[in-house]
Formats: sequence, structure tokens, C-alpha cells
Amino acid sequence: MPPILELKGITKRFPGVLANDHIDIKLEKGEILALLGENGAGKTTLMNILYGLYKPDEGEIFINGAKVEISSPIDAIRSGIGMVHQHFMLIPVFTVTENVMLGEEYTRPGGFLDRNKAADRIRELSETYKLNVNPDDLVENLPVGLQQRVEIIKLLFRNADILIMDEPTAVLTPQEVDELFNILKKLVEKGKSIIFITHKLREVMECADRIEVIRSGKVVGATTPAEASPEKLATMMVGREVDLITDKKPGDLRETVLTVDKLCVRDFHSHVVVDDVTFELHGGEILGIAGVQGNGQTELVRALTGLKTPFSGKIIISEKDVSRSSPRRITELGSAHIPEDRQKDGLILASSIAENLVLNTYFHRPFSNGIILERLAIDENANELVRKFDIRTPGIKTLVHSLSGGNQQKVIIAREFSRPIKLLIASQPTRGLDVGSIEYIHSRIIEKRDEGCAVLLVSTELDEIMQLSDRIAVMFRGKIITIVKANAVTKEELGLIMAGVTPTINKKKIENTQAREIIT
Amino acid sequence: METPMQNEKIKIILNYLSNYRQHIPGVFFILVALFIKLVLTKSIEPEALTTFSTNINHTAIQIPNWVFNTRFALDLIAGLCAGLGLYQIIRGFKKGISSIIGAIGGLVVLGFLVWGASGTSISFTGMLAVMVIRSVPITIGALAGILSERAGIVNIAIEGMMIAGAFAGAVIGSILGLWAGILAAILIGALLGLVHAVLSIKYKVDQIISGTMINIFSTGLTSYLFIKFLQDSQNQWLNESGFFKPYAIPLLSKIPVIGPIFFDHNLFIYAMYFLVILLSIALFKTKWGLRHRSVGEHPKAADTLGVNVFRTRYLACVLSGMVAGFGGAYFSLGSVGRFEQTMTAGRGFIALAAMIFGNWNPLGALQAGMLFGFAESLTTKLSLLQFPIPAEVLLMLPYIITMVVLAGVVGRSRGPAADGIPYEKESL
Ligand SMILES: Nc1ncnc2c1ncn2[C@@H]1O[C@H](COP(=O)(O)OP(=O)(O)OP(=O)(O)O)[C@@H](O)[C@H]1O
Ligand SMILES: [Mg+2]
Repeated sequence: MPPILELKGITKRFPGVLANDHIDIKLEKGEILALLGENGAGKTTLMNILYGLYKPDEGEIFINGAKVEISSPIDAIRSGIGMVHQHFMLIPVFTVTENVMLGEEYTRPGGFLDRNKAADRIRELSETYKLNVNPDDLVENLPVGLQQRVEIIKLLFRNADILIMDEPTAVLTPQEVDELFNILKKLVEKGKSIIFITHKLREVMECADRIEVIRSGKVVGATTPAEASPEKLATMMVGREVDLITDKKPGDLRETVLTVDKLCVRDFHSHVVVDDVTFELHGGEILGIAGVQGNGQTELVRALTGLKTPFSGKIIISEKDVSRSSPRRITELGSAHIPEDRQKDGLILASSIAENLVLNTYFHRPFSNGIILERLAIDENANELVRKFDIRTPGIKTLVHSLSGGNQQKVIIAREFSRPIKLLIASQPTRGLDVGSIEYIHSRIIEKRDEGCAVLLVSTELDEIMQLSDRIAVMFRGKIITIVKANAVTKEELGLIMAGVTPTINKKKIENTQAREIIT
Repeated sequence: METPMQNEKIKIILNYLSNYRQHIPGVFFILVALFIKLVLTKSIEPEALTTFSTNINHTAIQIPNWVFNTRFALDLIAGLCAGLGLYQIIRGFKKGISSIIGAIGGLVVLGFLVWGASGTSISFTGMLAVMVIRSVPITIGALAGILSERAGIVNIAIEGMMIAGAFAGAVIGSILGLWAGILAAILIGALLGLVHAVLSIKYKVDQIISGTMINIFSTGLTSYLFIKFLQDSQNQWLNESGFFKPYAIPLLSKIPVIGPIFFDHNLFIYAMYFLVILLSIALFKTKWGLRHRSVGEHPKAADTLGVNVFRTRYLACVLSGMVAGFGGAYFSLGSVGRFEQTMTAGRGFIALAAMIFGNWNPLGALQAGMLFGFAESLTTKLSLLQFPIPAEVLLMLPYIITMVVLAGVVGRSRGPAADGIPYEKESL
């Protein structure tokens, strides 16, 4: 029997980049194929070609042995291909039903939507694959994990047999990842075939049947989880040996850099999202903030970086009260920010790399002389940083918009690390990065710490928190439940605290602090 | 030393201050109440009466006029305002606050009416009937805006499309008859909509600039043609279209009060009702509407599901133009019976405000249109009453309320997410 999907000699050139170079890939019916590759290797491009979003320059696509032309998403859908995109393609103000049936509507005579029939079908699919999706919910009210399942339902609704998932786990919590894997197994059991893109080797080892590795647009090897090890995969991907565990010497504490005192932040609906948070951060230490996404970390960081005015409480950076300061003043005090949503808060997508690299320094020498920008200095700076931080791009004038997800992240890191800083606030700094880049960024963060910089690391990735942090704070429902020394807890204990189960050892302490608060 | 008691007090004060957002509207309501009580009531004799007459000629069933004591009514209104204000300060209306602000606005206007008509009588029904008439161009204009903006194209060219529609309607209406005039207005609107579409979708011209260009072009061209040709006495026959006569809907128009207000008008008013219902259903109940809205919210998502973003947006622009052109015809064919220079007088822009105020919903647009229509009707009425306050000043009131609400003192209305953003297909 021919493979359900076969790509032959797919080639795609962008101006200055050979994104796909004669790629041959086969997908057998009922298997999970993991596509591995460093940032900018060309994985998303390949999948976009398969889904009809890009037109390949060369190459052919076969489905069940028959050649097909895919020149638009409609063709892809007709050929039974469905895709969950790296950035979700959901309409927040629509219900699940509306999102799912868009483009493939159930109608009654006269073009009227038959929402009930569609909702029934969604319930049925949700039941079959244990997705637990309620068709009447508004998508904007759903957590990311559920939104992803809505994306999956979108594919099933269209009877897709080949499911493409581009970095589906990047935004999920560990529990959600496990649930996703169960769903994938169910899908495969029912005869679906899956292409799965990820940077996380553990996930590949856990759920793939086969692994193909892409580097610089070429397939450089194929293997299976049984034959491979994470180290071997990392080497295949990056083309050199990678240390998966970053070494770290104990740091030496310096003066306090950041003090947060009884900070409360309210959201747009005046719900308290950061609730009475107090902590201190010293130079030379990394404080990890662990917690399931959506427990107030985002708002905490927004308050600390001046993007949101706190409701009450104090934020002091280097002995200056910045509770109500502008982001500019805060960055000028030597604070750097790696934002959680790089496309929204970190970059100007429609500007060049060179311009993005001076977004918070352009008004200083040598990049400007008061009024006029010094293009030469800006370009020189860009050239240097692109080299130093290994940003894969045809040139410094390339718009950030056309960089791969991981390389966009590197632009931010390069910008923030290339100026003198005392405080680094890093939110999900390695989201979407390949192992090579993660290694690099981790070692840079530790280097900053060793230089005496205070680092606040917010991550939903427990491994990252455990590896880098000196102390770990756990946020739950807007409160910091506990702050512990990194070597005093295990991953399992942390996982429990994150889920809201207060460990017995800490219970006394917390009660005490609460009691004190009531008295004072 | 701070004692717990002091601390408690400080907390209460802090809490109070922290809720100032809640209190500002409350204090404002009470000030309004005081104004009515202290300023308006002062000049009224204790026994003065106000009459609101409710009948216009041909309703079969006549119901008695409302006659009441002016002072008592004013006190009642002031009391209501004060009560709402107190409740807002103590408990807060939370989400319903925008409608409460609207209600306060309504009460103030009512207060002025009661006060102004003290000792005489006001035709209440007549005033509301005029409100409905005046709301037509604004509501229809807002519907035109909804059509394009729901698909992600900002259309500030409604004013220009309306004036072009008014002109085409008058001229073609004079030559070939009223119905042909309407058709011409719709066609010219469609044409301008197409121009807007090509500029902003194909050439990705900034949509505000493209819209402004159409506005300037239409206003200029119609004025030029009017002065150059229509003013010539030999050409008068080109500008005497006449207008659609009112038609009282059997049965419905016989309902007391409601009948004359809503069901005794000409074609344009009924068309407005029809369009509001049609668009509400089309946008929210049909396949077309789902796709239309998806393109305005997240065109890329729609594209990945096989919705043709460009075609949807082109169609949206053209439909928007057709509706706007039809709305423009109201001025010549539905009201004056001829074309006059700049006769739309900014209604196209007010329509955009009504669209936002109505939260991009057809029904909301109708309500907002009625509000502005009421304002206009009020001015007419008050100038007849020889009201001591300049009508222009009072006319500002609903606009001020609109601005306050729009400025987001409370709740923000949310437009389509991709409104005004050109869509770039990435395929290379
Ligand atoms: N629209 C585009 N225009 C120009 N260049 C592009 C475009 N899209 C991608 N590229 C380039 O093609 C290369 C491959 O990008 P692609 O997004 O496929 O990488 P990826 O393997 O998905 O990486 P990541 O893991 O970081 O998402 C990159 O060098 C990128 O800069
Ligand atoms: Mg990618």
C-alpha cells in the first residue's frame, strides 16, 4: 500500500533564503511522525506548502499514491489535510461552534446556519476523542489548552485524515501536554495520521512513531524513538554536540535590586489578578516564578515593566519607586524585559531587524545624535548582534515579520542582552526555541546572573525553572503561595504546589504570615 | 502608634477613594438632580400645568392628553436622578451603567420638555414621529458602516456616498421617476463602494485616506454640478423629483400613539425597518454573515478555512455603498423633493458615531439613530416653543452623552478586531 502522504523534492525559496531544499518525506497511515529541526530549519514553511498557503518552487505531493495539486487551503481540506497552526487561527468573539463550522457551514434551506446540528456533531466528536469541548463556549473564554482542542475539532469536523500540528505543545502546561498526547493516541487508533512539529525532545521520545530531522531546509536524517536518545537527536538537529543540562555555580548575592511590596493588580473587569504579592530580588540571583499559565504571572510582569499600572502596592527598582513609572523610565533604570508574547509586546513585526534591535536605545548615542538616527551605527550594531546571537536571516534589513518564530525570539534576546542591565525580567524566554538556542540562552541568563544582574524568570516550563533558579516562587490564583530554595524541592512537589495543593511543611509559615497581616 | 481602629478607618477611606470611578457618575447624577430641582423648578409657578398631547389627526381611537402639574413632574424627575445617583454611589450599577447614563440623559431632556411646555402643550406623538423620520439617514448610514466594518474595511466615505446618492436620486428621479431615482442612488453608491474597495483592498491605500478622498470628491462634484447646471432656471426640471408620499400601514397605523409614531411614513422609513431586520438576520443567522464577520475579525483564520477574504471584502464594500447611496436618496426623494448643496450636512459622520454607539449591531444602530433623530426633533420643537435656551445648545446634549459613553468612562464598545487592517495573503 502506498503511504498516505508523500512529499517529493519540495523546494521553496524566499528572497535570500532557501527555506526548503528538495525535501522528501513519507507519512504512513496511522503513525505519528515527528518533524524536528532547529529554528528556521524550514518546518513551518514545509507544512504551509502542504496546506496550500505557500506555493512550492519545485516538488510534488502524493496522497495515497495519487499526485495532487494543492494551491489553496480549500484544496488541502478537500484532500483530507488539516493543520493546527503555530499561532492559533481562532476567532475569539465567536463560539466554538461558529469557529468550527466556518467555511464548512451546516445550513438549512435559504443559507440559514444550523447551529444545533453543528453543535451536535461537535459534541459527538468531542465524545469520541475525549476532547471535552463545549460547543457553546466563547473561544476567548477558553484556556489555551482547550483552544487547541477546538483547533483539532476543526480538522476532525472536516474529516481530515492527515493532521499537521505545528508546535502544538509550545503554549501548553505539562498536564495539558499529557492530555494532548492521549488525544493524539486516540486519533491514531481511529486511523488518522499525524505530523507533529516540536522542539522538545522529551515529547518526541514519548509520542512519535518515527522522527525526521530537518536542518537548513534539508532532511538530514530519520530515526525512531527506540534507536534515538535526546542527546543524539539534539546533535542531529543542531549539527554539533549540545549540553542539555546547563551547569551552574552557586551565585553570590549582592544588594537588593527589586523590591515588590504588597502589589495588587486588577484586570480590565476589576478582578484582582495579582493579589498582595511581596518579594525581594537581589543582584546575582535568579528567582524563578513557577505556576500554571494564567495565575497572574502575566499581569505581575506587566506591572513590573510599567505596561500596566498596579492597583496598589509598591515596586522599587534600585531604590527608586517605579510603581507608576513609564516603561521607558524603567528600562532606563537598567531593567530588561523579554515579553511573553513576542509578536505583540516584543517586536515591531513590520520593521527591520536592525530597527528592532535598537527599539529601547535608539534615542541614545551612538544610535542618534539628538534628532537624527545614525543609520551606520544602527546597522553596525545589527550586524554584530546577528552574528553574536546567531539570528538566521538573509540580512539585517529583513523585516522581522518574515523570520521564523525562534529567530524572532533571538532578536529580542539580542536587544535586551546587549545593553548594560541590572535587572532582567524574562517571561517564557525560550518558548518555541530549539535545543541549541535554549542552551545558548540559558547560559547567557546564568552569565548575566554571575555578572551581578538580578533575574526574574517566569516560566511554565518546570524543567527550565528547576535548572536555572536559585529560589523558586510559586504563583497560584494571583498569590505567591510560597518561595523556596531551588535545591529544597523536587519537581513533583513543585507540580503539586502549582496545582494549588499547599504542602504541609509550608502551611504553618503561610498561616503565620496571614495572621501577621491581619494584625498590622 | 497606629491602632487597629485607625487602620480600619484609613482602609475605609482608601477603599472609598479607590472606588472613585464608581462615584464620579453617581455624583454627576446628583448634580443633575440638583440642577433640575434648584434651577428649573425655580421659574415655575406652583400651579402651572404642562400638557403633552398624544393625538395626531387620523387615529381612530383617541386617547386623552396627558396633563400634569409642572412642578410635581420636575420634582419627580429630580428625585429619580438623585435616587439613581445615590444607588450608584452606594452599590454601583456595574455593567448596566451605560444604560443608566442614557436614562439620566433621557430624564434631563424630559425635564427640559416639561419645563419648556409649562403653561402650554406639546405634541408628544408628533415629536416622536419626527424623531423616527430624522433617524432614517443616520440609521441607514450606520447600517452601511456596519456592512463594511464587519468585514474589516473602515468606511468613512458614507457621507460622500450619501450626498452622491441624494444627487443621483434627485436628477434621475426628475427625469425617469422616483423609483428610477432610487435605483440610480443605489448604483452610484455601489460604484463609490467599489472605488473604495479597489483602493483599499487591491492597492492597500490607507482606508481613512481613501474614504476621505471619496468624501471630498463627492461633495465637490455634486456642488459643482449643482451650481453649474441645476441652478440655471432652464434646468429646473432636472431638479424637481418630488418625494415619496407617506403611506399609513393599515391596522398598525391605527394603534394609538404607536401608530402615528412608527407606521405612518414614507418608503424610506419602512425600508429602514426592513434593512435593520434583514441585516440582523443576515449577519448573525446565515452562512454569509458568519463568513462576513470572520473576515472582519481574523481574516487569516478565515482564509485558512477556505473563505475568500478578498471577495468577501469587495462585496462588503459594494453592499455598504449601495445602502449608503439609498440612505442618501432619503434627503432628496424622501424628504425635500429636490437636491440642495451639502444637504447631508454631516449625517454620514453622525451615522458612524451611531454605528459605534450601537456596537456594530443593526439593532443598536437603530437605537442610536433614534437618539440622534430625537435630538433633531427636539431642536425643531423647542425653537417652536420659543424656548429661552438656544436650541443649538440643547442639541448638543445627546452628542455629549454619546461622547461621554464613547470615551469609555464606562465599558468600551468593541469593534471588529481586524477593522481597517489590509489583508496580505502570504502566498509567494
Ligand atoms: N514569508 C516569508 N518571507 C521570507 N522568508 C521567510 C518567510 N517565511 C519563512 N521565511 C524564512 O524561511 C526560513 C524557514 O522558516 P520556517 O518558519 O519554516 O522555520 P521553522 O523551522 O518553522 O522555525 P521555528 O522552529 O523557529 O518556527 C527562515 O529562514 C525564515 O526566515
Ligand atoms: Mg515554525
